[in-house]
Amino acid sequence: MLNDKVKHELITIVGADNVQDSKASLLVYSYDATPQFQSMPDAVVAPRNTDEVAEVLKLCNEHHIPVVPRGSGTNLSAGTTPVEGGIVLLFKHMQDIIEIDEENLTVTVQPGLITLDLINAVEAKGLFYPPDPSSMKISTMGGNLNENSGGLRGLKYGVTRDYVMGLEVVLPNGDIIHTGGKLAKDVAGYDLTRLFVGSEGTLGVITEATLKLVPMPETKKTILALYEDIEAAAEAVSSIIAHRIIPTTLEFLDQPTLKVVEEYAQIGLPTDIEAVLLIEQDGPQEVVDRDIEKIAALCRDNQAIRVDVAKSELEADALRTARRTALSALARLKPTTILEDATVPRSKIAEMVRAINDIAREYKVDICTFGHAGDGNLHPTCLTDVRNKEEIHRVEQAFEAIFHQAVELGGTITGEHGVGAMKSPYLHLKLGDEGIAAMKGIKQAFDPNNIMNPGKMFAKSERKRVVVHA
Amino acid sequence: MITEQERQRIQTEFQEKMDYDELLNCMRCGFCLPSCPTYIESGYDEAHSPRGRIALMKAVVDGDIEPDDDVKRSLDMCLGCRACEPVCPSGVNYGHLLEQARDIIYQNHELSATTKAIRNIAFKGLFPNQGRMRTMTGLLGFYQRSGLQKAARRTGIMKFLPDNLTAMEKVLPEVPSLKQLKNRPDHLPSLVPQKKKVAFFSGCLMDSMFMSTNDATMKLLQYAGCEIVIPDSQACCGALHGHSGEMKQAKDLAKRNIIAFEDTGADYIITNAGGCGAFLHDYGHLLKDEPDWAERGKDFAEKIKDISSVLIELGFDELPLQLPDQIVTYQDSCHLKNVQKTFLEPRQLLQVIDGVQYVEMKDADRCCGSAGIYNIVESEMSMQILDYKMKQVETTHAKTIVTANPGCLLQMKLGIEREGLSDTIRAVHIVDFLLEAYEYARQPVGV
Repeated sequence: MLNDKVKHELITIVGADNVQDSKASLLVYSYDATPQFQSMPDAVVAPRNTDEVAEVLKLCNEHHIPVVPRGSGTNLSAGTTPVEGGIVLLFKHMQDIIEIDEENLTVTVQPGLITLDLINAVEAKGLFYPPDPSSMKISTMGGNLNENSGGLRGLKYGVTRDYVMGLEVVLPNGDIIHTGGKLAKDVAGYDLTRLFVGSEGTLGVITEATLKLVPMPETKKTILALYEDIEAAAEAVSSIIAHRIIPTTLEFLDQPTLKVVEEYAQIGLPTDIEAVLLIEQDGPQEVVDRDIEKIAALCRDNQAIRVDVAKSELEADALRTARRTALSALARLKPTTILEDATVPRSKIAEMVRAINDIAREYKVDICTFGHAGDGNLHPTCLTDVRNKEEIHRVEQAFEAIFHQAVELGGTITGEHGVGAMKSPYLHLKLGDEGIAAMKGIKQAFDPNNIMNPGKMFAKSERKRVVVHA
Repeated sequence: MITEQERQRIQTEFQEKMDYDELLNCMRCGFCLPSCPTYIESGYDEAHSPRGRIALMKAVVDGDIEPDDDVKRSLDMCLGCRACEPVCPSGVNYGHLLEQARDIIYQNHELSATTKAIRNIAFKGLFPNQGRMRTMTGLLGFYQRSGLQKAARRTGIMKFLPDNLTAMEKVLPEVPSLKQLKNRPDHLPSLVPQKKKVAFFSGCLMDSMFMSTNDATMKLLQYAGCEIVIPDSQACCGALHGHSGEMKQAKDLAKRNIIAFEDTGADYIITNAGGCGAFLHDYGHLLKDEPDWAERGKDFAEKIKDISSVLIELGFDELPLQLPDQIVTYQDSCHLKNVQKTFLEPRQLLQVIDGVQYVEMKDADRCCGSAGIYNIVESEMSMQILDYKMKQVETTHAKTIVTANPGCLLQMKLGIEREGLSDTIRAVHIVDFLLEAYEYARQPVGV
């Protein structure tokens, strides 16, 4: 509970309509898309502009009140769950595209803007913003920036970080800073832009971002390669990249995932084979044709039983859309779906797939796997039931084993979903104690009172995943 | 206000009756959010989203929150359009959860006197009773024909009604006389070599206020090769009751309908109102806990087919259809699309008509805000949704808005009236439009 004085001051800053603290309104901001995590905030506040964000932060800093910036709550690492209460900050009044600069090929946006609205707006001008997380229909740019979101096009085009040129950030003390700009080159001081992208709301609040755009690719082509053997599919991934071809998209789906996705999307996906690769290339027509032909041949060399080319953009789009629903569609099978996004170097993808299957057998848990195979970024997803405590325990053991395996292969515990509260107990696996100490030093410098999204990124102790309940 | 005692009763019943597996089935991915009209129109308020409402229901069951007025408000605000269901990759049956939750709240909460009176007249007096519905409609006809309507409008008495009710009064169709209303057929032959035997679900509002649309439906069926039976013991579908937390009455009505249609020997039961069709389509689920009725409910539900779907199946779209040149757009009936999954067929039928230039409007599948009695009880949100809808209509430059459900039809007429466009745009039910096209194509040349 906020005390009356703080509540009153918040109302003075953002207006009464923009401060909510009824039980129902707190409950609906107590979660994100991460299973097993839920915790009530003390208030939900929607500032109308950067100055109000600064005022709110200053107030919270003074009173040591936690602040959790939240987009649409599609986070998959409990990054927007207010695990230590405090204020959930909404950006529903800050959803504008401020400018599309066609001379510098940049777009400047506010954090509440929906990703797909940005993509559509720039595509209408023949420009291209490649990062396309699966939740792009509803995810916000603020969320994408803070999580450094990836997507299906990451293999060729990179992730959100690769498109951020400048930021406006409010620091916990209320200072408003500007990093970078519409500049192809800029080495004036530390690269704070890169620091804030992916900082999971733990350093400050991003209130504006200038993003790089690229020309729209002339054309694209999509194929589906079918496999009777999961590992053969994974071998094909490494083989394509080893042959110096970088497709736009190189996605992997195993049979259980294919089945549920088909049940939902009903677009005629094959469900009687072990795995598929969804592969896309874009660019000039002749390059696309040549690459796709080579990719298809490489797939066949690696035991693909069939390679289908999408007949139309409509069909290709249906395939992409279907792939984006994979995680949620898996929820059809069991009450609880817990996914991870351990990532390994591309060359190790087959080894990782094998390891995941072994671990699933060892711990007797049900794991389906899909993901951005070309990025070495898999999403092993465990189907379980939160009410079965014994099984949940085995699930956690299995995931811990997967993290260890990924790091051993030169990988990481999370490729694109973030550390949040969910993976904080495992961060040391990747960074070591010295790495964590260095990062904590940065956190301390920006946020000495630890008001920004506390309880995320750094584990308080070596505690394992816990259910934080209201 | 929900009293402390009521809260406890509601909470206990939530814990006993809510389908917890279904609540857990929501994995909170948020893919439903962009499809929810109230989430968008409320300025992205999670409490007015499907994910938020499910979280609230679950929290009441879990004991994390009491079912207070804010929880009720969140559930009341829902249109029940079920647009969140087809976009849900996990396949959550949101509509069923909503019905369960509303039923529990309304059975345990003393409503204000006015609300109760409105609900009683609508749910207990009028809708379950074809005879009374006809009398009521007959009175409306008398009001329209007798000059009373003109007098009422002239005296400005309408000014004392809420704005949207005043406008609503203007857009009500010219209704048939009491005599016509009572003289309904119970059997009609096919007018071409017979392909199917169908039973027609006439619906209470459709068979009174929109009687001419029902007549048009039957004519289309006859032209398409159907023998039609119209059981006169049929009742209201129960949708309004079911969606408003009057579940017991909804079940009683369902049983009456199952009995009325069971022995007709029809291949299909045809509906021309998306809202009714969807509820009839759900009878299996509605009666799932009653052993004597569950199977019969399922059998009944499987036969439900919307008029546009049967017309396509019988090749009606291959017959000559023509109208004077015009731009036409289509407003989906939420329940026809989201529950019965019928949305291609109406578009297919409109596109084959000579002279019709079909222009799809943006967000044609977003609710128009009619939603049963929502536009009366939640008029502010309803009108906000309607204003957005009318903007989309205007960008298509359509002269005709076609709909497939009486509620949507009235709402679109209301939208036209509110925008002051009644001289240039009309709203029409798809069967009336198709019959016009059928007859226009067959009128003698030169006329």
